[in-house]
Amino acid sequence: MSLLNTMPEFMVTTKVDEMLNWTRKSSLWYMLFGLACCAIEMMQTGGPRSDLDRFGAVPRATPRQSDLMIVAGTLTLKMALRTKVLYEQMPDPKYVISMGSCSNCGGLFQLAYSVCDGVDKVIPVDVYVPGCPPRPEALTEGLLKLQEKMMQEKWLVRSTGESRPALA
Amino acid sequence: MSQSLVTALASQALEGIVEVAESRGELVVRVLPVALVEVCTTLRDDPAFAFDFLMDVTAVDYPGREPRFEVVYHLYSLKLNHRVRLKVGASEASPHVPSVTPVWRGANWLERETYDMYGIQFDGHPDLRRIYLYEEFEGHPLRKDYPKEKRQPLVTRADVEPAQQRRQRERDSERYGRWQ
Ligand code: SF4
Repeated sequence: MSLLNTMPEFMVTTKVDEMLNWTRKSSLWYMLFGLACCAIEMMQTGGPRSDLDRFGAVPRATPRQSDLMIVAGTLTLKMALRTKVLYEQMPDPKYVISMGSCSNCGGLFQLAYSVCDGVDKVIPVDVYVPGCPPRPEALTEGLLKLQEKMMQEKWLVRSTGESRPALA
Repeated sequence: MSQSLVTALASQALEGIVEVAESRGELVVRVLPVALVEVCTTLRDDPAFAFDFLMDVTAVDYPGREPRFEVVYHLYSLKLNHRVRLKVGASEASPHVPSVTPVWRGANWLERETYDMYGIQFDGHPDLRRIYLYEEFEGHPLRKDYPKEKRQPLVTRADVEPAQQRRQRERDSERYGRWQ
């Protein structure tokens, strides 16, 4: 999109992939998935000060409307299966940000009898945000990293070994 | 410790009380399991006690002691502002204690928690299931012999579905049984 500024107003040239990715990354609706203290920081990130909205990220309360799941907090073994079910309910293409030490690896509770050591044991994760809890800046950075990743995706070229399914 | 409470306890001469002691200014009463419900009913209904609030039910594990478990009840009287702690032993071989849900309905979840964490069986409880952990969890984590490093396997859908279907069948037969 770097050509945007140099071209006359009425014409923009871009690649279709880039166009698609640009629209998708600019309306990342994330599912609220607060599990523990990290959830407070996630709310703060959505709040007016760090304002995740300016990147097009809006909180949704249901998996059916979301593209992104931000797993914020301690994942217990009891919650693990439910997390998987919720992930499966999200429409493709879908992304996961694992927020905080707890969902990255179990954090300080990882040896507890009821805690799953990492959300990646259950669902695939795109971006890990470290911290206990990560500051809103860190989560915002995580979202920007995810957007970067989304911009790399190729939808029209089917290449072998690609993990994401290509658009038909 | 409230002196009037001690005298009231002494004057009642309740069956099944093994020991009345004081611990850090609080009254501790040891009760036989068979007499528990009766003692609790008296403690609730007698105006000298008026213990209308069961604050907590929990247990303590003393490995190597007989009885191994001690189930602890904390009672509080909102009317008279006094407290008492009841203790009941439960052996390792058969950790059975009568449920006090008929006396205080609030005991329901507290006893489920104690069952979940220590494996104490509360006889007469209406719905003795795990409350915090899930059904597939093996063992009772607050027992002293629960291995610290023990990892529970991840539950998969295949593990859960038979139990869910069973519960659904049970619910259905409970609701629609008479039409079936
Ligand atoms: S990583 Fe820290 S702040 Fe986040 S849920 Fe775990 S303990 Fe809480």
